[in-house]
Amino acid sequence: MKLKAVIPRLRYAGASAFLFLAGCSTEVLNPKGDIGAQEKSLILIALGLMAVVAVPVIVMTLVFAWRYRAGNKKARYAPNWSHSTAIEVVVWSVPAVIIAILATITWRTSHTLDPYKPLDSKAKPVTIEAVALDWKWLFIYPDQGIATVNQIAFPTDVPVNFHITSDSVMNAFFIPQLGSQIYAMAGMETQLHLIAREPGTYAGLSSNYSGAGFSDMHFQAIATSQQGFDAWVAKVKSQATTLDSSTYDALAKPSEKNPVTYYSHVSSGLFAGVIGKYMGDTPLGGQCAGTQTRVAALPSNLKHAKAAE
Amino acid sequence: MSVPADGLHVPSAHGHDHGHDDGSKTLLGFWIYLMSDCLIFSGLFATFAVLANATAGGPTGKELFELPYVLGETALLLVSSFTFGLAMLDMHAGRRQRVMAWLVATFLLGAGFIGMEVHEFAHLIHEGAGPDRSAFLSSYFTLVGTHGLHVTAGLLWLLVMMDQVRRRGLNDDTRRRLSCLSLFWHFLDIVWICVFTFVYLRGAI
Amino acid sequence: MFGKLTLSAIPFDQPIIMGTLLMVMLGGAALLGFVTYQRKWAYLWSEWFTTVDHKKIGVMYIIMALVMLLRGFADAIMMRTQQAMASADAAGYLPPHHYDQVFTAHGDIMIFFMAMPFITGLMNLIVPLQIGARDVAYPFLNSLSFWLTAGGVVLIMASLFIGDFAATGWLAYPPLSELKFSPGVGVDYYIWSLQLSGLGTTLSGINFIVTILKMRAPGMTLMKMPVFTWTALVTNILIVAAFPVLTVALALLGADRYLGMHFFTNDAGGNAMMYVNLIWIWGHPEVYILILPCFGAYSEIISTFSGKPLFGYKSMVYATAAIGVLSFLVWLHHFFTMGSGANVNAFFGIMTMIISVPTGVKLFNWLFTMYRGRVRFTVPVLWTIGFMVTFVIGGVTGVLMAVPGADFVLHNSLFLIAHFHNTIIGGVVFGCLAAMNYWFPKAFGFKLAERWGKASFWCWLVGFYVAFMPLYILGLKGMTRRMNHYANPDWQPYLVVALIGAVIILFGIFFTVLQLYVSVRDRVTLRDPSGDPWGGRTLEWSTSSPAPFYNFAVLPQVRELDQFWTDKQDGVAYMRPNRYEDIHMPRNTGVGVFMGLFGVVLGFALTWHIWWMAALGLAGMVGSFLVRVYDRDTDYWVPAAEVERIERARLAPLQKVGLVKVAVSSEDEQKAA
Repeated sequence: MKLKAVIPRLRYAGASAFLFLAGCSTEVLNPKGDIGAQEKSLILIALGLMAVVAVPVIVMTLVFAWRYRAGNKKARYAPNWSHSTAIEVVVWSVPAVIIAILATITWRTSHTLDPYKPLDSKAKPVTIEAVALDWKWLFIYPDQGIATVNQIAFPTDVPVNFHITSDSVMNAFFIPQLGSQIYAMAGMETQLHLIAREPGTYAGLSSNYSGAGFSDMHFQAIATSQQGFDAWVAKVKSQATTLDSSTYDALAKPSEKNPVTYYSHVSSGLFAGVIGKYMGDTPLGGQCAGTQTRVAALPSNLKHAKAAE
Repeated sequence: MSVPADGLHVPSAHGHDHGHDDGSKTLLGFWIYLMSDCLIFSGLFATFAVLANATAGGPTGKELFELPYVLGETALLLVSSFTFGLAMLDMHAGRRQRVMAWLVATFLLGAGFIGMEVHEFAHLIHEGAGPDRSAFLSSYFTLVGTHGLHVTAGLLWLLVMMDQVRRRGLNDDTRRRLSCLSLFWHFLDIVWICVFTFVYLRGAI
Repeated sequence: MFGKLTLSAIPFDQPIIMGTLLMVMLGGAALLGFVTYQRKWAYLWSEWFTTVDHKKIGVMYIIMALVMLLRGFADAIMMRTQQAMASADAAGYLPPHHYDQVFTAHGDIMIFFMAMPFITGLMNLIVPLQIGARDVAYPFLNSLSFWLTAGGVVLIMASLFIGDFAATGWLAYPPLSELKFSPGVGVDYYIWSLQLSGLGTTLSGINFIVTILKMRAPGMTLMKMPVFTWTALVTNILIVAAFPVLTVALALLGADRYLGMHFFTNDAGGNAMMYVNLIWIWGHPEVYILILPCFGAYSEIISTFSGKPLFGYKSMVYATAAIGVLSFLVWLHHFFTMGSGANVNAFFGIMTMIISVPTGVKLFNWLFTMYRGRVRFTVPVLWTIGFMVTFVIGGVTGVLMAVPGADFVLHNSLFLIAHFHNTIIGGVVFGCLAAMNYWFPKAFGFKLAERWGKASFWCWLVGFYVAFMPLYILGLKGMTRRMNHYANPDWQPYLVVALIGAVIILFGIFFTVLQLYVSVRDRVTLRDPSGDPWGGRTLEWSTSSPAPFYNFAVLPQVRELDQFWTDKQDGVAYMRPNRYEDIHMPRNTGVGVFMGLFGVVLGFALTWHIWWMAALGLAGMVGSFLVRVYDRDTDYWVPAAEVERIERARLAPLQKVGLVKVAVSSEDEQKAA
């Protein structure tokens, strides 16, 4: 209980340290959605906790160095003093206690902030499938049957479920003001769940270097009202462009600084096909593409075995 | 100014003699080297374990591996370890001619092993199951081939040691080097047993 | 005939590269001309290139590291300039093709060819002296390790002028580094330069483990070993345990590129995540490989200049060992965003945080070493205090990113860049420069000039904060790493400030070079006649500066930690034995040089697919080694009379001030009895 009372105060300590450094205008510390907000508060709590050790160490370094400078003959000199059980106990246990608290927080938040965890909400989530291409983002709205390049829109206060893959090298999908990022990898699907609380147009980007056109691989994430979202979908649908396998192949070729593009129709199963084409005709190939197998960073044949079950 | 260390100096005459290697340093170092090599094989085994099922529609181990043939390879290598052991016994007994004979036997067995392995690889590639067919075959060829390269290096080392024993006899240097080579050879034997178990036996089931 | 190599591989159309090439050629020609004019080739060959003396090998490592620091820093300032210019999608002056190579080369050079050679050089220079040994366990292998590393340097420098370097980021993540996405020779240069130097590093790791375990002076038990040697031991164990994994990862990437295999490709069942795991299983221990010897150097420095034994020696040793073990259990924190489960992420996050406990203990121990001491603010101490303050900040941001939830927004951002530069500059670079200032007299017999050393320190310290604090903020503003240009003009002011910081660091580097020049010029006044310029505590200070090639005429007897300090207190630090003995030493050999040379031929040929040349290189390496195997004239004895002559000359000035005593050997005592 006491711990819970202390933690908010630590937040202020951490916050004040960062206010000093960064002002208020940083995107990560100015989140517009739940996940981002929780991550911001996690950052500040962790910084505050660590300040408990870090600040005294910095101060003591400077104070000790100055006080025991060779020119200061008034300071006590103990040329053989090199051990104190009391001090040793303190210097091992204080950091250990702080790390224990931080470890508890870490364990809890790793689960609550797991990018794969669906968000609790009464609203029906919007599903967006994202494909990282050289060097642009293709977004498919399977429920609406539309697709876009380098722009997404979704209503505020509605969870957005992202299914992410790559049809090229490794990238990472990231909207800093909404929170977590996750890698996009070919032949695999990763997932991310975000929610926006304030309308606005937020910068989205690939945060994993992917080659020559990487710097321009950004997109707009438009959080808007339900009406605004419906209007946006209608606008996309009014285009006379269809994303089928031949337009997709043309799109997938390397290109840079792609403009925002809308597709009013998209062949169903395109996203699954993008993943599936790397699976060869292995027994697990079709299943991996079809079901949402969790991608783990620790490769293990056990997982393959499970997927095959 | 300086005198070559050709036996004129008796090391024991120098109490604090750190420059001269009594062999224990070399053996310790060689053990550590073997451990690092063991880590290379661990990496390859781990990779194989991850990719064992990634056949990409290509042939599986069960379809490819011919256990009796591999058993033959295994037998050659195991017997070569035994003959090397006999060579070491004779080395400790100072019987130079018999050491030579056992080294030749070891070499022939090792060369036979490599010959069989090359033949097996050639056969697989001929059948369209080369290392570029699938991730599983990549990891198979790399793991088994790395072991094969080690054995080949061991064969070269054996040749050098046979030559040195022939020219110089069994002195401190050749004994120390034979001891290291013996460790190396047995180490490769153990690695092969793991290959046989985890790659061939497990694959064939 | 020449594989993929044609004349068009030389980028004649790139003025920056051609200008650099011209400067390198002019500088190289001037250097070669100078050496020829001074008729120093024979001296360089017989005294330096072929040496098996650990001290000279150490010096060569450090010179190489300093040269590569210049190269790596040139890359850094090019990047900072580009980013300061390329705002609002302006193109800047470096197109992505070039810029991407620059940041890749910067990372690889700084880690593999600056930091690694620097710490390997320091360990070479100091470890045998600290443990009272006459050389390392395998002197020839030591020379070979150096020349293999030098071969890696030659290859990575060649990539600047012939062909190009990898444009993949310093760890060359596949599938980007696969043939399909990087068809050029850049990644091949990367693979072979790292394999060559990695082999050298592994061999040197084995060498030092055996040296430390087997060659300590009589009486020096493990818990009486100086802390620097302890950190060197742990570092070398980490090297031997981690570098084979790097070898495997790079070999498999090479198999994909050369033999069409499918370890990390997108198709045919390849798994790029495996590479990421393997490379970080090496990569995380690697950062501790770099930092631990620096921790050791700080420990020696702070203890010497506080005039006190190190506080909590045992804690320090346990903390070092704990860091070494834990460093293998944290690699996944480099990719929390790959989608492993919450349990896996949390486990690796918590393991990472736990490392901060022994690290924190070390900081406290240094603090309490100063406590009730008499701290002399020499250049090494300034670096140490600068480190202690800076490293705390780097540690805090590191633990912050060990929290997966926080890492999800900070990963791959400039916050991460700022963090690891905070620890690597604040920890490793400061440590190397501190150690260089501290141990320089032992290598050369004169001290480094204080004034320019202090100027260098202040420039580095201030420059570091000016350069990297803005990057922390930019990371929080959502700027990701490795951007060639960016749309958001808000970022530019911070990047301009960072550039200014880099320029301040440039002055720091300039002052270091100036310090070396001034010190060589004033070497007579800076002379260290006693061999103990700082009031040292450990055995390396008990011999002359520079140490004689055999290090110790009589191997020291150790009864406690800081034996030399105690001996000085007891007035028995400088004993002249009544009789010297012959000393057994290894003979110089050029085999290492040739193996390194053939290694370069091999690596270059493989990079360009010149198969006959690759065969030649491999045959040359094996052949040179066989020459060594058949060489029986590998060592010699230094006669006692020669040792006595050298020692008399060394003890003469000390005798004048009455420091030297004549030892009575036990044999004589028995005779007397």
